[in-house]
Amino acid sequence: MIGLYHYLGLGGVIFAIAMAGIFINRKNMVLLLMCIELMLLAVNINFVAFSRFSGNIDGQVFVFFILTVAAAEAAVGLAILVVLFRNRRSINVEEINRLKG
Amino acid sequence: MLSPGEIIYQALFYLFAGAAVLAGLRMILTRNPVYSALFLVLAFVNVALLWVQMGAEFLGIILVLVYVGAVMVLFLFVVMMLDINLATLRQGVTRYAPLGLVVAGLIIAEIVWAVWGHFLGVGNTPQTAASALSNTRELGTEIYTHYLYAFEVAAAILVLGIVAAIALTLRWRPATKHQNPGQQMRVKADERRIRLVDLKAGKKGEES
Repeated sequence: MIGLYHYLGLGGVIFAIAMAGIFINRKNMVLLLMCIELMLLAVNINFVAFSRFSGNIDGQVFVFFILTVAAAEAAVGLAILVVLFRNRRSINVEEINRLKG
Repeated sequence: MLSPGEIIYQALFYLFAGAAVLAGLRMILTRNPVYSALFLVLAFVNVALLWVQMGAEFLGIILVLVYVGAVMVLFLFVVMMLDINLATLRQGVTRYAPLGLVVAGLIIAEIVWAVWGHFLGVGNTPQTAASALSNTRELGTEIYTHYLYAFEVAAAILVLGIVAAIALTLRWRPATKHQNPGQQMRVKADERRIRLVDLKAGKKGEES
């Protein structure tokens, strides 16, 4: 029987993978953005699972809004990335220190 | 004793969940960002199948259409457009890997510690929805009644995202030829915009 904890475990594992990905690929900004997308996906799994196991549709409405905001976030993040690459010829996070005081 | 349908359900769950986890692992460990994006697509598709299995059909379809169809294509587009120097970006990956694994293990341990043995307020058996409506209709009813203002705000956020993304990446290059719609609209009909030129007709070979 697949219960709530199976889905919660899957969400936790995917979230941890995304967290490890942020540490491992800490120089590549594209991969950092992708890892954030994976984290949002893990959170969404939990929302859908709770919605399913409580018989309440509100969790799925929240997933809908999270997907909306994540799409806008990805668009703006990638736009910033393109502008950054155009100005610096690099997306290495360690070279982004223009704002250092 | 499990019924055959139950066994198939469990097998599909482990298939999709395992594929999603493996795709996530391959995504963070692959050298090439294009492959990373494609593995992320695989993870999204598997999770969408899990959602469909859970009865959230609308969100599963939306995940495939919006995420795989739009957002990941945007990612792939940007990755392929930028000329990324992979050698410098991959430096220190082996040095950071142990730290990443430690943090990942720590997060899993914390989640297990927080969740294990506590009653989450939700039972461990799936509840069928109280209404007889389909998933899509039920979701739509909820969004357009209780969450109407939030829905409007979400639409405004999307417009904001479009405007911000275009305003950030748009650049004016004076050398390019482009239309000026204002100037086009200001043209009067009686201005002589067409010049008729009288060409003399001549016989073939007369000129030479």
